[in-house]
Amino acid sequence: MNEQEILEKVKPVIADKLGIGEDEITMESHFINDLGADSLGLVDITMALEEEYSMEIPDEEASKLVTVGAMIEYIKNNAK
Amino acid sequence: MNLDFQDKRVLITGAQRGIGKEIALGFSQSGAKVFINYPFESEKEVAREVVDQINTNGGNAVAFQADVRHQQEIDKMIEEMIRLWGGIDILVNNAGITRDKLLIKMSDEDWQSVLDINLTGTFRCSRSVSKEMMTRRYGRIINISSVMGLQGNAGQANYSASKGGIVAFTKAMAKEFGARNITVNCVAPGFIGTAMTSVLPEAVRQNFIHRVLIKREGTPQDIMHAVLFLASDQASYITGQVIVVDGGLTL
Repeated sequence: MNEQEILEKVKPVIADKLGIGEDEITMESHFINDLGADSLGLVDITMALEEEYSMEIPDEEASKLVTVGAMIEYIKNNAK
Repeated sequence: MNLDFQDKRVLITGAQRGIGKEIALGFSQSGAKVFINYPFESEKEVAREVVDQINTNGGNAVAFQADVRHQQEIDKMIEEMIRLWGGIDILVNNAGITRDKLLIKMSDEDWQSVLDINLTGTFRCSRSVSKEMMTRRYGRIINISSVMGLQGNAGQANYSASKGGIVAFTKAMAKEFGARNITVNCVAPGFIGTAMTSVLPEAVRQNFIHRVLIKREGTPQDIMHAVLFLASDQASYITGQVIVVDGGLTL
């Protein structure tokens, strides 16, 4: 799967968890600054994507995934 | 004020007897569907009686055995509730035990068993439902503490610690989940006439009742009314609080 395909799959998840529109989400979106996520929202998204892609994101890695693009890059490299 | 719980789905731990049973009956009479948790096979029959009582009166109740000391059993219970009813709106962490002893005679096991069920059980059940509540941005969690958790009681160091822990846990959880429209509150009963207090010597009972300003022992209904209020839409702006229902015992 390439980045664009992953983006289309994670958009509804992120939109649902943050209560925002899918059209607000781009590769460049910063979860906290652009999408209005709080720490619990980030954990919620992370947990949902871990389940979706059968992977585990260690806390120290998760804290680095501050943009949608970074999250997608991680999924691309680690999804099972 | 009319408390309406039509279509609300409520899980009550330790709902086969005492205060938990009364809370289940109260929710059911106000229109809610109630999941009756009980801990062991030996309690199955009394749990079934509660379910029968509710269902023959036109309510909707299901009994489910799960020991709150075991995460797997809790998870199975919540999964079953979601499978049957599609979600959970209200959790009442009521399951609790006492193992009264003077501290000097209290074993590690006396201490741990009370902490495991009363405090850790509350933590585990809350954690298990929080994900579902978070997703739907709605939830009410009511934890049954005790005035002993606020004041401490001789002979109940374990119980007092567990119930005080529930108060602090409630406040922390309220802070984490407020932005998700999940309220978390406590009810702290005083001296309530149940099986738990019936084992106390008559002199101890009389001493308690003597200290109560409203000159009677509390009833499970007194607690149920406070729980229902905190779970209602009318209480949507109340979170992280403790309502003491003790007839003025600790004033």
